[in-house]
Amino acid sequence: MSTTQGPGTVTGPATSPTGAPSRWDRMFREITTGSAIISVLAVVLALVVGAVMIAFTNKEVQASAGYFFSRPGDLLAAIWNAVSGAYSALFQGSIYNFRRPSFAAGIKPLTETLTFATPLIMAGLGVALGFRVGMFNIGGRGQMLIAAALGGWVGFAVDLPYGLHMIVALVVGILGGALWGGIVGLLKARTGAHEVITTIMLNYVAFYLVSYLLREGFLKTPGSNNPKSPATKVTAVFPDLLGPNYILHFGFILAILATIFTWWLLSRSNLGFQFRAVGLNPHAAKVAGISVKRMYVYAMMLSGGLVGLAGINQVLGTTTSGFGAGLDSGIGFDAITVALLGRSKPWGVFWAGILFGAFKAGGFSMQAAEGVPIDIVLVVQSLIVLFIAAPPLVRAIFRLPVPGAIRRKTQVNVSQEVAAK
Amino acid sequence: MSTVAPVVQPAQPTTPEGPDFEFVKSWKVTIALSIFTVLSFLLLVVFGRDGTSTMRLSTSSDLIQLPDVELPTRVTGIVITVLLLLITGVSVWLVRAKAKAPIWLIAVYAVLVLIGFLAWAAADKSIPVPGLLFGSLSLAVPLIFGALGGVISERVGVVNIAIEGQLLAGAFTSAMVASLTRQPLLGLLAAMLAGVLVSMVLAAFAIKYFVDQVIVGVVLNVLVIGLTGFLYSQVMAPNAALLNQPPRFERINIPLLSEIPIIGPVFFRQTLIVYIMYVAVAVVFYGIFHTKWGLRLRSVGEHPQAADTVGINVASTRFWNVSIAGAIVGLGGAYFTLGSVGAFGKEMTAGAGFIALAAVIFGRWDPIRATLAALLFGFASNLQNVLSIIGSPVPSEFMLMLPYLVTIFAVAGLVGQSRGPAASGKPYIKS
Repeated sequence: MSTTQGPGTVTGPATSPTGAPSRWDRMFREITTGSAIISVLAVVLALVVGAVMIAFTNKEVQASAGYFFSRPGDLLAAIWNAVSGAYSALFQGSIYNFRRPSFAAGIKPLTETLTFATPLIMAGLGVALGFRVGMFNIGGRGQMLIAAALGGWVGFAVDLPYGLHMIVALVVGILGGALWGGIVGLLKARTGAHEVITTIMLNYVAFYLVSYLLREGFLKTPGSNNPKSPATKVTAVFPDLLGPNYILHFGFILAILATIFTWWLLSRSNLGFQFRAVGLNPHAAKVAGISVKRMYVYAMMLSGGLVGLAGINQVLGTTTSGFGAGLDSGIGFDAITVALLGRSKPWGVFWAGILFGAFKAGGFSMQAAEGVPIDIVLVVQSLIVLFIAAPPLVRAIFRLPVPGAIRRKTQVNVSQEVAAK
Repeated sequence: MSTVAPVVQPAQPTTPEGPDFEFVKSWKVTIALSIFTVLSFLLLVVFGRDGTSTMRLSTSSDLIQLPDVELPTRVTGIVITVLLLLITGVSVWLVRAKAKAPIWLIAVYAVLVLIGFLAWAAADKSIPVPGLLFGSLSLAVPLIFGALGGVISERVGVVNIAIEGQLLAGAFTSAMVASLTRQPLLGLLAAMLAGVLVSMVLAAFAIKYFVDQVIVGVVLNVLVIGLTGFLYSQVMAPNAALLNQPPRFERINIPLLSEIPIIGPVFFRQTLIVYIMYVAVAVVFYGIFHTKWGLRLRSVGEHPQAADTVGINVASTRFWNVSIAGAIVGLGGAYFTLGSVGAFGKEMTAGAGFIALAAVIFGRWDPIRATLAALLFGFASNLQNVLSIIGSPVPSEFMLMLPYLVTIFAVAGLVGQSRGPAASGKPYIKS
């Protein structure tokens, strides 16, 4: 008993007054330390690999390679055209489109990036929270689906005044995700069932359950054979942030709030302290008087709730015209990569989510404009995470000096995640 | 950190739950059995159906023809429920007597539940039993290869979440190589090579750069999905005739064995890959538990420091065994393109690698048990196929959900706290 309160009371008052400045302080440090350079180089390296792949599979490059020795310039020009075309389409589809006349139109891609980033950040935070407690939440898909089903039902079937309707739908959605995640936590705490198995299995259960509900249950659109829900009512839809010309909606604000909440939870609250203690070493945490089982349940509920937020965001914000069983569109799995890239830190996840959102938005325009399959984005994303996770490799490639402290930094969440297995 | 703790800890369960007593733990089995008995009672008796259920035991091409078994549906349901109740009673008695319910009792129970359910679902219809089992085995083949690779890799201390990626890489390469060369055997080799390559990246990052193995595994899956998807759209799909029409393995009927009723058509009229799988299961089992190789492998996975002390090279043992695991998983990937489907498709493994991972944990890191778990998954998915053909009274979504629900129940009720190799997932940093 006394040991539980011991650490809690020590961390509480000691750090909370300095909470606000230390956040900026830490962000500043995160950008300027060596790991930031590694991150940039990792992105560069991944883009180079992507460029090689684009060049190798390009038709014109292959054609001009056939007569390389007679006119080598053609090959180089073809490579340049293929790669620069693809990457400029990626940039113009994700950040700023120079071909549009005004700034207001040109900046549109950035708002699309942020819209794509919103659910990635939310779900990424959920997965990251799980990692910090030593749990691997692969159940993003199921949690998003259940959240969307329950919250979405409130969104289209219940009549409530504007504003209140949205909040109720939001809360119900988050609770749905928390419920689906909580089952996993409860099973792990009560019976010791491994969360990797249960989350994967619950993904399928949720998928088929929601498919059934869409086909015959309470999510079915009356008079339609499409397995798709009715459109969300106007009173529940997230307001647009920048007016009707942009797709960016209130969900992004929620993503920022969720990031702040997760950061506060993990680094400033008593519960977060216990979470991290369990994540670092469950045996030590148990000895210190922390109820490990209870932490598993709470952590999975919160994790599921955050992932559920991503699910309800899709229904109330992004696709308000009704949803199908494919609503998560891989976000539940992308969230794992986002959490890994963000090193399971809330603000890291936030920026990682925006980066991946940019890749997603840009990838579609790259596919449309240059005919480069969007799968290249997956390759680049995964290489970025891989390189960032292995600084010695990046350093070896760019022949950077080896500082002593940096590698240990990257290993911080390595042992945490594995410790509970 | 790892010097003192592991020596002391394994003596007692290091689970967060603390020491459980043997007979307290056994109640879980009883509770699970009771739940299933009540469910069976509801389904088979309360919502029982009338009619006769026919089980076809032979295919038309069999030498020895067995007669069809005809069961009166309602009576079968009642008899089976009574039997289930008896077994549950026995398990209560066993727990009282502080004994553990033997595994065969649970197996009998499971088979009874299954027969009851099949009979219920097939009222006035007939179920082709060999077809059901044959399809189950087919669906389970990639899972079994994946699970075997997972078991080796985890036993040596490297968590392998990249099974999905290895399967997909194997499927892609085997399709491409077999199409180009018109030789399915070369495709098989190429698939092994692709699996090894993915494994080597996993091993290099995990062992040389000490990157968290879960991270590398997850990322490798994404990387392989991206790579194969990209190459499929850019290279393979435009030249499908040349690059994506692999010759498939022919079915080989093993003389005599293939004529055994039920067993023959299911197990011995398969393609080469399936026969390789039988050998692989046996070899991996024997190798891990009865050879020097296996002893070293397990020691590195359980306590790398001790293994290092007696002169085993931890890093290279891990590296090469993870590579072997990759080769085995690659074979499973080849089964998609050279055995069952016949052409590569984007993300065609569709989560099989994760199911295989679940089978590894479900099977408690034991090759035989993991194989059985994979077979269970295969059976459950095929059961749904068969029942949707004969027309099942249950909405198809619930049938599809069933294997996953059963797994959750089984993992929670029967397997419980599963403990992997002690050093699995931890990089070994030689000091």
